[in-house]
Amino acid sequence: MRYLAPWRVALVFGVVLLGLIASLPNLFDRKTLERLPDWVPKRQIVLGLDLQGGSHLLLEVDVDALVRERLENLVADIRSVLRPARIGYRGLGVRGDSVTFTLTDPAQRELALGKIREIDPPLQTVGFTGIQREFDVEIDEKGRAVIRLSDAGYQKLVDSAVTQSLEVVRRRIDELGTREPTIQRQGEARILVQVPGERDPGRIKRLLGRTARLTFHLVDLSVSPEEALAGRLPPDAMVLPAANPERGGPRYWVVKRKVELSGEHLVDAQVTFQNGQPVVSFRFDSTGARIFADITRNHVGELFAIVLDDRVISAPRIREPILGGSGIIEGGFTVETANELAILLRAGALPAPLHVVEERSVGPELGADSVRAGKIASVLALVLVALFMLGYYGLFGFFADLALLANLVLIVGALSLLEATLTLPGIAGIVLTIGMAVDSNVIIFERIREELRRGMPPLSAIDTGFREALRAVIDANLTTLIAGLVLFQFGTGPVKGFAVTLSIGILTTLFTAVTFTRILVWSWYTRTRPATVPL
Amino acid sequence: MAPLPRFIPDDVRIGFMARRHLAMAFSGALVLLSLVLVFTVGLNFGIDFRGGSLIELRMPGPADLAAMRKVLSELDLGQVELQNFGDEREVLIRIERQEGNEEAQRAAVEKVKQALVQAFGEGVEFRRAEYVGPKVSRELFWDGVFAVGLALALVLVYIWFRFEWHFGAGAIIALFHDVITTLGVFVVTGYEFNLSTVAAILTIVGYSLNDTVIIYDRIRENMRRYKTMPLDELIDRSISETLARTTMTSFTTLLALVVLYVVGPSVISGFTFAMIWGVIVGTYSSIYIAAPILIHLGLRREAVAAPAAATGS
Repeated sequence: MRYLAPWRVALVFGVVLLGLIASLPNLFDRKTLERLPDWVPKRQIVLGLDLQGGSHLLLEVDVDALVRERLENLVADIRSVLRPARIGYRGLGVRGDSVTFTLTDPAQRELALGKIREIDPPLQTVGFTGIQREFDVEIDEKGRAVIRLSDAGYQKLVDSAVTQSLEVVRRRIDELGTREPTIQRQGEARILVQVPGERDPGRIKRLLGRTARLTFHLVDLSVSPEEALAGRLPPDAMVLPAANPERGGPRYWVVKRKVELSGEHLVDAQVTFQNGQPVVSFRFDSTGARIFADITRNHVGELFAIVLDDRVISAPRIREPILGGSGIIEGGFTVETANELAILLRAGALPAPLHVVEERSVGPELGADSVRAGKIASVLALVLVALFMLGYYGLFGFFADLALLANLVLIVGALSLLEATLTLPGIAGIVLTIGMAVDSNVIIFERIREELRRGMPPLSAIDTGFREALRAVIDANLTTLIAGLVLFQFGTGPVKGFAVTLSIGILTTLFTAVTFTRILVWSWYTRTRPATVPL
Repeated sequence: MAPLPRFIPDDVRIGFMARRHLAMAFSGALVLLSLVLVFTVGLNFGIDFRGGSLIELRMPGPADLAAMRKVLSELDLGQVELQNFGDEREVLIRIERQEGNEEAQRAAVEKVKQALVQAFGEGVEFRRAEYVGPKVSRELFWDGVFAVGLALALVLVYIWFRFEWHFGAGAIIALFHDVITTLGVFVVTGYEFNLSTVAAILTIVGYSLNDTVIIYDRIRENMRRYKTMPLDELIDRSISETLARTTMTSFTTLLALVVLYVVGPSVISGFTFAMIWGVIVGTYSSIYIAAPILIHLGLRREAVAAPAAATGS
């Protein structure tokens, strides 16, 4: 430290200046910033949901339901290939996580295997291991068949369901018109939805809690719902509950199992009014319009049930063929429920139900209170620590305080450049850094004192102090940095915010202690050449 | 300007090691008691680790917890806990997980909200709502255990690279002491143990090690400098020499934390409380556990003799 190159001094001050410039955008609101010219830095610290208020929802795709449905479809497929091939079987059905049946004639084993392979084409060819299929099929010599999803088949099923769900969730949330929602996959089968500013997660949950599978069925009037529930159900029919029985009308409907038309052919759905009542009008694509026209032409006078997630919304009578490919759903809606249905229909159906496994919502008032309290705590902690350092170390304490300010500027600048999310624990991390940052200077100053007491002349004492203390400073910060990095890896949301500010704080502390304070002490010494050091 | 009188006189030599048996017996008892408490009384797990729902609300006036409890007990929702939080108007309600799907959880929270609005008027402000499902709470719990374990392991590796094995063992014993007594304090105070508490414990692990490492570094330096000094005297000297730094740092950190605890947001008071305890116990354990344990681990001068030239004091 006998000589400090000017370029090094310039570099250090340059970094601090950069930090200052990078933190400036936080003083302005977004709108003001956008009006400024392009060269002005615009990155700001993002407030976490716990500070600005909002909803955090962790959703899980119901994988069990997904697998069950896939297996049930497989049962239908197996039936459709074995029967035409005159392969006899009994007991075909889903048992737990597999489809089982027994061949009447075990000799037909190879033939049955071949037929099942027809409906289970290879997923992809993988190196030398051969062909991977969606299902593992086993038929023993007694003709007992067990069919399970293969690992690759399971993975593909879940992957495509999650991808599709993400898309549908995104469309539904976008329809709400909330600002900057975050929607991302998490882990194997989870979707994280974060909606800032949303104070009523109920609205989001209502939208995401429904599969929204829309199907059209003909109503079976050959039996009454009561008879059907008592067991006299025609084999091609099923009993479904009414979606809103409180409006009057039947509580249950008997409808044909056959899905005449489904929601995937919808291209639009909007809320309109009919006789002052909100209804949902919809439009089919060309294929859907053609099917719709055929059905309505062939079944004039019959009831046509509109079914959403296995509940009958309404079952209007077909008065005349509908050729234009559009129609309306009336179901005694309020404007809000009609609007929700329209959103659901536009966004499409989820491949499987979604369950809320974690939810955290913070009201904007609490967020604002937290920000206020956090600001007060930060400023007060800064002032108290700074005063204490000043009182305890005098001039050197003043140097430490300047370093502390530079440190804070660098933290805010780094957070802005990274556009990091500042959470409540993150604020705690900054306050903690204020307390811990002076530690490095304390280590250095105490070391200088020690050397002075051993009789070293001022310049050597300062020099030795900085050099010898460096090891201890790095040690002290490294251990906390290890903890911070583990926390970053393990934490989610608010806790991660703490890990971010803590880790950044440690790095900036290392920088300021090693360079900034040193330059301050050095320039003071070279300017005044004191005989004693006031420590 | 003239500096204030110093906390720690320059030539202080405190006989820490003379009292080490007392301190270690005390710490041992504390650790044992904490373990007993954790396994009998148990920690007051928040919904992060236990699952269930939580509502934070602000009443129009000072909250009458007894009256609120009475209203909510009539709802038949199983275990419902109320506690004051922050100022006298703010209340935290925890509802245990209800039978059934998430619809049942939502219904329970709605019931609580309606009952409170009915009994206490529209002025009730709902500020925060959380729900953690059983699967997620189990995952969060084990993630937390894993994270603390990982941090301890990494720190051990660091010390092991940095020092001889005696130091690593001493540091880890001190860290276990800090973590276990923190758990004990959480049982005694009944503070909610949640995700941010785990964050605090991890930070304590890092922070408490600071002091330990600084003292160890000085012990090693002095072992090379004073070749004939008995170990207990040498440790006393090392602790005394670094005492000014140790107390100063703990003091400024405590200053910041106490400010945060008193005027900071109440949502993180549990976190701040854990940190305050951690800084105090971490400083204590660095002096009274980590250092004297070296004597009991049979640290010899030869163990650190080899790289003496490297530091060149």
